[in-house]
Amino acid sequence: MVKVDKTILLDTCLLAGRIMIEGGSEMYRVEDTMNRIVRNAGQSEPLIFTTATGIIIGLKNQPYVQLSQVSARNIDMEKVAGVNQLSRQFAEGKITLTQMRKSLIHLDKNTPYFPLPLQVLGAAVVSATLMVIFAQQYDWMDIPLAAVAGSLGYLVNYYVGRATKIRFMSEMLGAFIVGLTALIGVRLGLGREIDNVIIGAVMPLVPGVAITNSIRDMLAGHLLSGMARGMEAILSACAIGVGIAIIFRFF
Amino acid sequence: MTYLTEFIVQLTFSYLSTVAFAICINVPHKALILAGWAGAFGWMVYWLLETAGSGRMLANLLGAVAIGVCGIVFARIKKMPVIIFNIPGLVPLVPGATAYQAVRAMVLGNMDLAIQLGVRVTMVAGAIAVGFMIAQLISELSYRIRW
Repeated sequence: MVKVDKTILLDTCLLAGRIMIEGGSEMYRVEDTMNRIVRNAGQSEPLIFTTATGIIIGLKNQPYVQLSQVSARNIDMEKVAGVNQLSRQFAEGKITLTQMRKSLIHLDKNTPYFPLPLQVLGAAVVSATLMVIFAQQYDWMDIPLAAVAGSLGYLVNYYVGRATKIRFMSEMLGAFIVGLTALIGVRLGLGREIDNVIIGAVMPLVPGVAITNSIRDMLAGHLLSGMARGMEAILSACAIGVGIAIIFRFF
Repeated sequence: MTYLTEFIVQLTFSYLSTVAFAICINVPHKALILAGWAGAFGWMVYWLLETAGSGRMLANLLGAVAIGVCGIVFARIKKMPVIIFNIPGLVPLVPGATAYQAVRAMVLGNMDLAIQLGVRVTMVAGAIAVGFMIAQLISELSYRIRW
């Protein structure tokens, strides 16, 4: 077994864990991956404590402890898949610890994204198709309006999220734009049911998946993470609600 | 609209919505097609049960089981984490419409309806989570039986 620098080992572990939590992985998978990295590096008993806002890792009976803050929590599957793949390669001995660390830093900084036009197109398709699925009414006339409102909302969400650090602002403004577009569209006669249009168009922003995930975390015994993520999801749902509410109140 | 056309519309639309949402949350591109199938399969299980009159909770639960099982199978085929297929697959099932109606009722001052709908959202989310746990149980059992 190659001797490894324990400080670097713990640092790599923390990096992997942080990237996975930021990508929206389940907590048990984060702990499992960190555990595997430590064991594959030849250390026997890691002590790991993960929450949605921070990770602590140490080695049992040894003076090595490190902790890391997790400040952003999104859903980004590419990151989770990337860390998973690196961990597999490390387990098979294809890459060394330093190489893994370098790749992790690289992954953290430049995750490959789909080009923005494709994402916006995705948001438009999500809005249009989910409107039909959720409303369970086959109102084909509303599809173009839902697609336009959904993609505009997604764009606003994207750019506001980049421009400001204030949490939940991007969701609120995105939902506001969705509501405004739907309202104007319906008034102009481009759509019929404003409720259906908004339900569909707001779906790219809604944290439905995050709510379900947080309940899964809690059922798996990660009460702290489940609570933190659930609270965050509820807050962003409220932000979206406020954004839509403004439309309903004043127009 | 006949039952067959409805079936086809539901299938294509749930597939498309899953793939499109997968693009929004940056799923690796070689997993996109299978993720779409997970979503379409789960939604079809839900839709068939719901139209057969099983009730909302059971349909949600079994739909989530279907997505979970799909996710586990696809994850083994592609050697990727299960959630890459589960999270986009979940999108058609997520109680988005109910959540929206709850918020709308709250804004318009209709508190009773808002609470009623809010509780329903929580229960549907819980049913989906339990469905996933059952899927995980099935996968553990399948491991144990094979070895």
